[in-house]
Amino acid sequence: MTKPPFWRDQRFWYIAGQLIAVFVVAIVVTILLSNLSRNLQQLGLQFGFDFLNQQASFDIGETVVSYQPSDTYSRALWVGLVNSLRIAITGIILTTIVGVFAGVARLSDNWLVRNIALIYVEIFRNTPLLLQLLFWYFAVFLTFPKTENKISIWGLVGFSQNGIQLPWFTLSPEFSTLLLGLTLYTGAFITEIVRGGIQSVSRGQWEAARSLGLKPVLIMRLVIFPQALRVIIPPLTSQYLNLTKNSSLAIAVGYPDLYFVASTTFNQTGKAVEVMLLLTLTYLILSLTISLVMNWFNRTVQIKER
Amino acid sequence: MKRSVFCLAASFFVATTACSGNSAPTANTTGASTTTAPTVRDRWNTVKNRGQLICGVSGEVPGFSFVGTDGKYSGIDVDVCRAVASALFDNPDAVEFRNLNAKERFTALQTGEVDILSRNTTWTLSRATSVGLAFAPVVFYDGQAIMVRKNSGIKSLTDLKDKAICVQTGTTTEQNLADQMRKRNITYKPVVFEDVNITFATYAEGRCDAITADRSALVSRGALLPKPEDNLILDEAISSEPLAPAVAKGDTKWSDTVSWVIYALLKGEELGINSQNIGQFANSNDPDIKRFLGTEGKLGEGLGLTNDFAARVIKHVGNYAEVYDRNLGPKTKLNLARGQNQLWTKGGLLYSPPFR
Repeated sequence: MTKPPFWRDQRFWYIAGQLIAVFVVAIVVTILLSNLSRNLQQLGLQFGFDFLNQQASFDIGETVVSYQPSDTYSRALWVGLVNSLRIAITGIILTTIVGVFAGVARLSDNWLVRNIALIYVEIFRNTPLLLQLLFWYFAVFLTFPKTENKISIWGLVGFSQNGIQLPWFTLSPEFSTLLLGLTLYTGAFITEIVRGGIQSVSRGQWEAARSLGLKPVLIMRLVIFPQALRVIIPPLTSQYLNLTKNSSLAIAVGYPDLYFVASTTFNQTGKAVEVMLLLTLTYLILSLTISLVMNWFNRTVQIKER
Repeated sequence: MKRSVFCLAASFFVATTACSGNSAPTANTTGASTTTAPTVRDRWNTVKNRGQLICGVSGEVPGFSFVGTDGKYSGIDVDVCRAVASALFDNPDAVEFRNLNAKERFTALQTGEVDILSRNTTWTLSRATSVGLAFAPVVFYDGQAIMVRKNSGIKSLTDLKDKAICVQTGTTTEQNLADQMRKRNITYKPVVFEDVNITFATYAEGRCDAITADRSALVSRGALLPKPEDNLILDEAISSEPLAPAVAKGDTKWSDTVSWVIYALLKGEELGINSQNIGQFANSNDPDIKRFLGTEGKLGEGLGLTNDFAARVIKHVGNYAEVYDRNLGPKTKLNLARGQNQLWTKGGLLYSPPFR
């Protein structure tokens, strides 16, 4: 038996296909990089990250970690990152609560509850997030009274143009706007994910649980929801990623998140490529971390086949 | 065959790493893939061949660049572009304006999206070096200032302790404010926005006790506030802000052209030649005027322009005084005194090198 020519061999094409892919990627990357280096050269600009150690000399309004204008750009970017994480983490927690409650409410037997949830979803899912943020900022938080005549609820929570005053700390109007905006917007999507997840659990499970004499709340908590989670978690991950990335809209309402500080840095140093690289990498790492955690969580709720 | 593919791929990777190295200038020597690029930037010819100037402006600061209700651009920054177009094409309308925000402006220039940036931009050392801009002469000497509400009781910078101050990002103002407050050891809370409209709207809503920007911008945007008369601008100047047009570095012919068009505006005023009386100077015996108007000598040729390029500029756009009066002078809402934006002969800072 003669050996078939190598181009008829499937194994050859497996390897060749990979090589061609590598080759094409290499060409594209080379073209892009040479184009970049040529342009930088023509402008007399130098590629490098030395600027990170220079003094930032701009102030940041809201910081959790200590920061002064005399600190470096890298410190300023760190402050921005911490601010972003603050928004992302609180946002993810709150939006999950909103989404789960509204999702269950969407399937409620109560006409009013069901329809309020429906209206909420339709309004928040069908208008742009940026518009919603500007609405919360200008039509809600900035219309609060001046600090002197703040509205106080039992002396615990105060509302004024300086933000929301809680006994321990104050949430600035910028932070509150972003948190509320992101939470309600993303919550609307999660509502639909939760509703879909619950509806995917077969009717038989409800009937079986009811025949055991469980009350509706317990049926939901012990029988339906754990099964719905299998369907809910993968699309939920996407929503968490969206929330994290959408937090960069902070720039519109004056909250100094990572994107904001990075664009100021880019503007003052002119290091467009370097700053964009850092920004891309950081958001990539954030997104991958969220995916990783959620994938792990997803594995824990899947059916274990023994 | 396989081996040659490997070799090629490897050579590309070598080229890649070499290109991405830290200092760019020698990158072109690495491989066949990078040799086809044009090495000389020629913005001058690009513009000339296109037959139109692309000019980056803000479009949001009345008196500097603003789109009126008739859809037409006006302002001193806009007139600078019209002057350049007049010199190149004998047509002040051969300009396409692009609105750029403070953050977009430098990238737009670096990438060649606009030919010239005429957008109340402060001339600074780092912008001239690490950002890669070539600045033309200053067209407006400004200084940063602070605006507060009259009933706030704020009279000076020290009164701003722990107050919220609205600032627009992407500008030198952000850094100047930080510098001044640091010098005086005053803590404050910056509330920073990217958009100039949102910055002023937030101040108008009362979120901030003060707002800072270039004095001219405060006057111009302040006039658009709901109750302009309720606000006042503090006397203290925070910084000096020489506002100048800029082009991308690396094309001397192009930056020279833009520079000398601006000098022509200044020289026109110095010589007393304006768009109305320019006809009377046609037969002047003054050699200075003759050279300026191009009836003697070959000054324009040095820039690749016609010798009467300055006359074209004056004819279509007017001299600096006309430009100033039309956009910022007493007949406008802004009513800004000439002050330091007066010719050197009248005690100001404006000065044109000789046209010879």
